[in-house]
Amino acid sequence: MSVKRDSFSVSITVGAYGSAFGAAAVAAHFSVLQACMLSLLLFSGASQFAVVGVIAAGGTPINAIATSTLLGTRNGLYGLRLAPILKLRGFKRIVAAQITIDESTGVALAQNSESDMRKGFWYTGFGVYIFWNLFTLAGALGAQAIGNPSAWGLDAAVPAAFLGLLWPRLSDRKSWVLAGFAIVLALTLTPFIPAGIPIISCTLLAVIIGWRK
Amino acid sequence: MSAFWIAVIGSSALAFAIKFIGASVPQTFLSNPRILRINTLIPVALLSALIAVNTFANKTQLALDNRALGMAAAVVLLIAKAPFPVVVIGAAMTSALAYRYI
Repeated sequence: MSVKRDSFSVSITVGAYGSAFGAAAVAAHFSVLQACMLSLLLFSGASQFAVVGVIAAGGTPINAIATSTLLGTRNGLYGLRLAPILKLRGFKRIVAAQITIDESTGVALAQNSESDMRKGFWYTGFGVYIFWNLFTLAGALGAQAIGNPSAWGLDAAVPAAFLGLLWPRLSDRKSWVLAGFAIVLALTLTPFIPAGIPIISCTLLAVIIGWRK
Repeated sequence: MSAFWIAVIGSSALAFAIKFIGASVPQTFLSNPRILRINTLIPVALLSALIAVNTFANKTQLALDNRALGMAAAVVLLIAKAPFPVVVIGAAMTSALAYRYI
């Protein structure tokens, strides 16, 4: 059945990428337990990398939380879109909320019937959850076993992961322009204000550029 | 509680709150096109800033080092349509080689 096949291939591919997160987290001095807790509890790739990336850049926890939360707002909008299809209530709503991410939403919305959409959501959500967490643990243990993160290139794995997440979003001229401005603004502010704030300041650029059609 | 734990627990709690609210509020809420447009642009702005800072800065100092070469490799791999894990591993390997030999 193709929903199952789609869900499985997305789950394993995206899940495997959890090893990059586990390794990056440990390279940024998070413990293996903290890396695993982020994957179990936060469970949203870009937001998890943001927590690690902001702390690695010397930002405060509040800054890390704010950046990660702003990156996670889209999950709320996914929920808004999916809730009428999934017909959620009670405990089921809690479980569905936790696994509402890019991939479960993407596979669900790619289906043609409502029943296939529900299957796509649950299969992909659970599939990614399981593999993402297993690979996070593997990556974190792997990074813990090796010594200096720079010697293994783990310091470049974090921005490369961000780039991999950004790439598919650069779909039009507007997003390219925004990306360019954000890079310039973040680097211009870096020497002058506390670490972490240059990153979150770029939210303003998204508001300015998104204001007009 | 350490800064790391505060970041882990705080961000996890808010992430779940957003997901749960999204699954609970009526659909008409937040469906203003301007909010939707800004919301799709926020990840672009934040991810770009995160890339810049994690590649070209150490805390509050700008830096050009092995990470920049790693990122150059990542860009080449993405243009060549390489899959996600290959991009990350390619960037890490390039950066590690640069760290060792430059």
